[in-house]
Amino acid sequence: MNGVVAWFLDPANWTGTSGIPNRTIEHLQLSALAILIAALIAIPIGLLIGHTGRGAVATVAIGNLGRAIPSYALLVIFVPILHIGFTNALAALVFLAIPPILINTYAGMRGVDRDMVEAGRGMGMTELQLLRRVELPLALPVVIAGLRVAAVAVVATATLAALVGGGALGRYIVDGFALRDTPQLVAGAILVALLAVATERAFSLVERLAISPGQRGTRRGSSPAGLAPPSPQGWV
Amino acid sequence: MIGFLQRYGSELADGLVNHVVLTAIAVGVGFALALVLTLLIVRWRRLETPIVAVTGTLYTIPSLALFALLVPITGLSLTSAEIGLVSYTLLILVRNMLAGLDGVPADIVEAADGMGQTRFQRLIRVELPLAVPLIIAGLRIATVTTIGLVMVTAVIGEGGLGQVLLRGFNLQHWDLVYGALVMMILLAIAADLLLVGTGRLLTPWQRRTATR
Repeated sequence: MNGVVAWFLDPANWTGTSGIPNRTIEHLQLSALAILIAALIAIPIGLLIGHTGRGAVATVAIGNLGRAIPSYALLVIFVPILHIGFTNALAALVFLAIPPILINTYAGMRGVDRDMVEAGRGMGMTELQLLRRVELPLALPVVIAGLRVAAVAVVATATLAALVGGGALGRYIVDGFALRDTPQLVAGAILVALLAVATERAFSLVERLAISPGQRGTRRGSSPAGLAPPSPQGWV
Repeated sequence: MIGFLQRYGSELADGLVNHVVLTAIAVGVGFALALVLTLLIVRWRRLETPIVAVTGTLYTIPSLALFALLVPITGLSLTSAEIGLVSYTLLILVRNMLAGLDGVPADIVEAADGMGQTRFQRLIRVELPLAVPLIIAGLRIATVTTIGLVMVTAVIGEGGLGQVLLRGFNLQHWDLVYGALVMMILLAIAADLLLVGTGRLLTPWQRRTATR
């Protein structure tokens, strides 16, 4: 344990390419970019499917397929095409993040009370207005829950990216294993765990804030247990 | 294909057996622990928040980090791998078991009480059987998740098919990498179907109402 404290106190571990600040920024950049790209792909598709009700079967199938392919595998299968490095890790993380975002966007849209949509339609709203002013605000907490699940999975898996030559905080763990350097190994693990828990908390907060004012205070049922949360490592 | 099997067949078979063993231990131990935790929650409802918080935090910790944290304590061993794997099954299983038990209709519980069943009899004969569908749903998710996570335990020298995949990756033998992956996905599908079948066998009354 002393070794770990000493590792954290060593100024050399706080500067340069392999310093904690730089590795953390690498980790966050990779994760944020992956979530952003995945959200730009998955949310519009989820909204469209939820609004029209078409393509639901395919959505669920994609979600289940995503659960069956482990994140570690995703990081490896693109290597022959994209080679080791940032692009490979990014592609794997985007694929990892799409299923939870897509599924939750769709589920959020499906969970919107049909009577409210009909009421909006009766008020003369166009389809786009319905989507923007009725469905999206009501579905938003569930959509953000999907982003939370995806973000936690991506932050966790970005660690594994070090196994296939990526930078980020996983570097400390992989190097710690390779060099049998226990302080570095444990310090890396602590950093990664803290980052994952912080990500989870941050998104949970946003999720709570996103509940439409009109819905606050009404007791919402918890998500059906059959749709359990995707795994920690993502859809490992 | 035949050449591939000749070259890697025994390696893949060993990896598969090892993978099944690692998964079975993790899900078995996780199931027993989760059942105890769930029954504690049902008995003392105040425990729900702390138990869900602890299992939820365990669930959030990335696998590589958790295995790394365990290595200084339990070493590069099967124990380290299993502690990590079990801790990831807990949240899924506790949540589903609890949802299953909570979902038993109140009038059925009352009927059991009215028939003079003790708390334990009611649990074994009424509540648990009715919770089977949700418990099985939890087991399916936990099992498929664990099969994937076992791959990661390759970094601490376990890993079943993950070990095979890692070797293929290091040697740049891509056919071996994809072979290990395909085997793993097939294993996940097979385990899932097995659990679905088990669920059907355990709930014959559901089949009857379905065909009616």
